[in-house]
Amino acid sequence: MVKTEGKRTGQDRAGRSRAARCRTGRPRAPRGPLAPSGVPRWLLLPAAGGALLVLLPVAAMFLQVSWSDLPSLLTSEPAVDALLLSLRTAAVATLLCLLLGVPLATVLAQARFRGVSLLRGLVLLPLVLPPVVGGIALLTVFGRQGLLGGTLELLGLQIAYSTAAVVLAQTFVSLPFLVVTAETALRDLDPQMVEAAVMDGAGRSTVLRTVAIPLILPSLISGVILAFARALGEFGATIAFAGSMQGVTRTLPLEIYLQRETDPQAAVALSLLLVLLALLVIGLTGLRRERP
Amino acid sequence: MSRARAVQRAGSVNCALAVAGVGLLGLTACAAEESEERITVYAAASLQEVYEEIGELYTEETGTEVEFSFAGSADLLAQLEQGAPADALVTADTLTMSRAQEADLVSESPQIFAANTLVLATPAGNPADITGVEDLEREDVVSVLCAEQVPCGALSAELTAAAGVEPAPASEENSVTDVLGKIRSGEADAGLVYATDAQAAGDEVETIEIDDAEDHLNHYPGAVLDAADSPEAASEFLAFLAMPEVEEVLAEAGFRTADGETHGED
Repeated sequence: MVKTEGKRTGQDRAGRSRAARCRTGRPRAPRGPLAPSGVPRWLLLPAAGGALLVLLPVAAMFLQVSWSDLPSLLTSEPAVDALLLSLRTAAVATLLCLLLGVPLATVLAQARFRGVSLLRGLVLLPLVLPPVVGGIALLTVFGRQGLLGGTLELLGLQIAYSTAAVVLAQTFVSLPFLVVTAETALRDLDPQMVEAAVMDGAGRSTVLRTVAIPLILPSLISGVILAFARALGEFGATIAFAGSMQGVTRTLPLEIYLQRETDPQAAVALSLLLVLLALLVIGLTGLRRERP
Repeated sequence: MSRARAVQRAGSVNCALAVAGVGLLGLTACAAEESEERITVYAAASLQEVYEEIGELYTEETGTEVEFSFAGSADLLAQLEQGAPADALVTADTLTMSRAQEADLVSESPQIFAANTLVLATPAGNPADITGVEDLEREDVVSVLCAEQVPCGALSAELTAAAGVEPAPASEENSVTDVLGKIRSGEADAGLVYATDAQAAGDEVETIEIDDAEDHLNHYPGAVLDAADSPEAASEFLAFLAMPEVEEVLAEAGFRTADGETHGED
């Protein structure tokens, strides 16, 4: 899905950039990729099953929530603290992803040295690892007993149990989303555009700044939104690495998990809040895609 | 989460006696002939090790197979409310049991089968020189406690309040095992955990007894569920839990009796 996104925003098959395509107007697309054959009918049943599997639980949550209590459940102090902490940490984590991920994606897209595909695979590791494993891995580096724990403590820094730990955990799990989208888009860059810039005498940095980045910007925005969404939903790595303390490390997913213990209604209400945030994020990506 | 089948299939009492010492072959052959009874017990996570042992004892003695599902209180309750098939429930606090009663899962009055106390646990070597609960206030001590929303946290809050201590934990965890994990790994200097969990952790943690800890007990009530398929067998199993031989097993694991007495240590 990420890949097609990159292709779509980069250039179409004829090699025209998205910008060029806009100028000439979008060609009248045939209806669907299988047209004029269409979708086999037997496909509809499993397709409906797939859609229901995703939609039904979310819809059921809307039915179960007690709407009259919703305002008080959502404005309780722990809930507000958790929401603000989540938004703050996810924003910083996304910024970190951008600052670290774009350079990494550029190197991965350009590099031809042996082992680059291995490195690419390793960078994707957080996508496949259970987040709790990521949390344990982070502990072995940044924990008080971790690889760097002693050094950090000498410097008067303690990462474990701090908001910084939450941001680190979120960055760890979100980074691959940004790297994959950015790298795919960079690989699909029109070589002629780059050549033209070089012929005009542009240096490496100038090419990156004035040609590559502007051209991959749509993919980059998708990557940023995906990374933000992933950071917002982060749970396993955070609870394993950062702990859980109101206002410091207890993000919205952790608050939901804790509320479940005593007040399932509050947990459902907070879950709903997270669903709404997720819908907002999907809406943002959707809008972006609709726009020519 | 339903964790490993606690006990192997076995036949009735007679059968078990007949094959005692004969070995697995005989047991299997015999079990096949007997109509076997089986009960499912939902129990608090902290009971896992000791109940698996007790379950085996019970099967040896009666031939009734006991299948356990161990989980945290909230999970147990949520699963039962959603209709999970079970015969008996043993929770780690009276609050969860009364919620089960309110949810019409249990109508008989529950019986207390064991109690637990809190102890201070530190990593091996006690690096922060913890001597008592008042050290939980020290700024240079990284302490972790259970969140007040879970039973061990409610008990911790009760205990520290009674001691006049205002702890400043670095993290409030969702379960005792999470607290213990952070202490075991040295990520925290101290924390309050159940005596049984500290004991099970062995040499990896140091345990400091707390004055008047027995005034703050955590009770384990159990009852037969209304929806039980085998209510009689479940009731028999609960009766077995109150037998002296079983209380001995519980005491060995560090549990106390319902009134807070340590058992079998004299």
